[in-house]
Amino acid sequence: MAGSAGSRSSGMWNRWSGALFVAPYLAVFVLMLAIPLVIGIRLSMTRGDLFGIKEFVGLDNFSRLLRDPVFLQTAWNTLHFVLLTVPAMTVIGLALALTLNNQTRWAAALRAVFFASTVLSVTVVTLVWRLVLIPEGGLAAVLAKVIGREPVAFLSEPALAMPSIAVTTIWWGIGLPMVLFLAALQQVPRDLYEAAALDNASRTRMLFSITLPSIRRTIVLVIMVGVILQFQLFGQPQLMTGGGPNNSTRPIVLFIYETGWKQWQLGYAAAASQVLFAMIAIVAMVQYWFSSRKDAT
Amino acid sequence: MRAPAINRPPRFAIALVAIAAIIMLTPMLWVLILSFKDNTALMADTSSAFAPPWTLANYQSIIGEGQVFTWLMNSVIVSLAMTVGVLLLASLAGYGFARLEFPGRRLLFVVVLLGLAVPEQAVIIGRHQLFSTVSLHNSYTALVLPGLAMPFGVFLMTQYFRAIPKEIDEAALLDGASRLRIFWRILLPLTIPAQATLGIFTFFHAWNDYWWPLISATDRDMLTLTVGIAATQMNFAQTEGLGFLMAQAVFAGVPTLLVYLVFQRYLVRAVAGAAGQ
Repeated sequence: MAGSAGSRSSGMWNRWSGALFVAPYLAVFVLMLAIPLVIGIRLSMTRGDLFGIKEFVGLDNFSRLLRDPVFLQTAWNTLHFVLLTVPAMTVIGLALALTLNNQTRWAAALRAVFFASTVLSVTVVTLVWRLVLIPEGGLAAVLAKVIGREPVAFLSEPALAMPSIAVTTIWWGIGLPMVLFLAALQQVPRDLYEAAALDNASRTRMLFSITLPSIRRTIVLVIMVGVILQFQLFGQPQLMTGGGPNNSTRPIVLFIYETGWKQWQLGYAAAASQVLFAMIAIVAMVQYWFSSRKDAT
Repeated sequence: MRAPAINRPPRFAIALVAIAAIIMLTPMLWVLILSFKDNTALMADTSSAFAPPWTLANYQSIIGEGQVFTWLMNSVIVSLAMTVGVLLLASLAGYGFARLEFPGRRLLFVVVLLGLAVPEQAVIIGRHQLFSTVSLHNSYTALVLPGLAMPFGVFLMTQYFRAIPKEIDEAALLDGASRLRIFWRILLPLTIPAQATLGIFTFFHAWNDYWWPLISATDRDMLTLTVGIAATQMNFAQTEGLGFLMAQAVFAGVPTLLVYLVFQRYLVRAVAGAAGQ
């Protein structure tokens, strides 16, 4: 295509005019993504505060993070949360997709129901779930009373707080794995099932021999996307528990937020955000490796 | 003939999905009925919400209290501006990357793709510093500009422009049309499905964005609805206006649910695309 354009005119203008189309976006990209990233990396090696007085400290912030029991706790909490949410969302999302993958009006309505909560903001979702979970008059407490049980303080009980946030998050985000699986199921060739039906294969057999192998790349995708998304847990504990009780629901991002914007230790917060970035990058690379390797089979 | 029978799910699965649907809807309905209840009645006993009298008083207080409306307007302005901006920048860049030749094109595109892997957490501190330096916090510019850098839009539009047959623009070039004209009059109309997908995705992304507006907009009049709802629930434990709080949740949730119902098809496609890249 350069050839056809080149025959019309020549010189610098022709060579560079195409770049004008990408220039506006690239300007924003550099300003809002590249430069902030560099500032962040530089900050992570300084001791900065609100007034920007900075002293270069090399990797001190990182070694301090590794010795900071609060940070280590938040790293563990984040992992705990990922383990509570990602497997559950993958299995439930797949089950919903398998059941709702048909043309009936009921299936369409239910798909809409399961995706609807995804469009709500984190602040609305947490507000809704606090009104379900609080022991003073929450829906769970009201229901407990009906069956003659004591109300449970879900969000202030250390063993229950994180699972409660996980349930809230699954409720909020179950639509995404469901639609990813639905899209994948549409791609499975129908004649595979027809051939299996001729062989009188059972439904379970078809699930394990046809459906699951055909969508295995999507299963990996759902798990990896889930891990990356849930690593970034922030709003739910910030609004529902404030990280408590006893730091048991404080994730890495909340640590970054509070270190940065409550204590104004920007260098230290920036270091923590680089650690999170590295963790996410590793998961993304595993995902990339999986998806590019696929056709080996 | 046999295919429908093969695809029909077993009965226990249908039952489980029905139960799951009830679990999905119950919290929303609970909040809805609480929002129609008098605050003092709820203070005494929230289970009173199941029985009349119900009232519209909480919604009247929202309308009477100007702040929630200010937040709503901020959300509308920010979300629309970001949507228009992303569509414009991503379409131009997508056309450039997909169709035009210029030095460094491949490298630049790879750099933009790498940007997909950078999470918000890695740039938000630097971004905050940047806006502090130029004293732009608490402005629409600060709320909109970071969202325009999302590489997903460029990725999506580039893919879409690449899928359009090249013969179309070559024919136009022979007719003597300029590149800008080819882009604007011939190719852009062909990308309307992708524009709808990207637009609806960006709109929701902007509307529900929480962390950046939380730290950038500190002035109460510059909050978006999403952050405003967070501000009102901060003193949740001492609140005496449970019904009022719930009415705000409904007020904040209903616009997104309505937009979702109208644009369901595009949104689902966009979300699947964004996760799949």
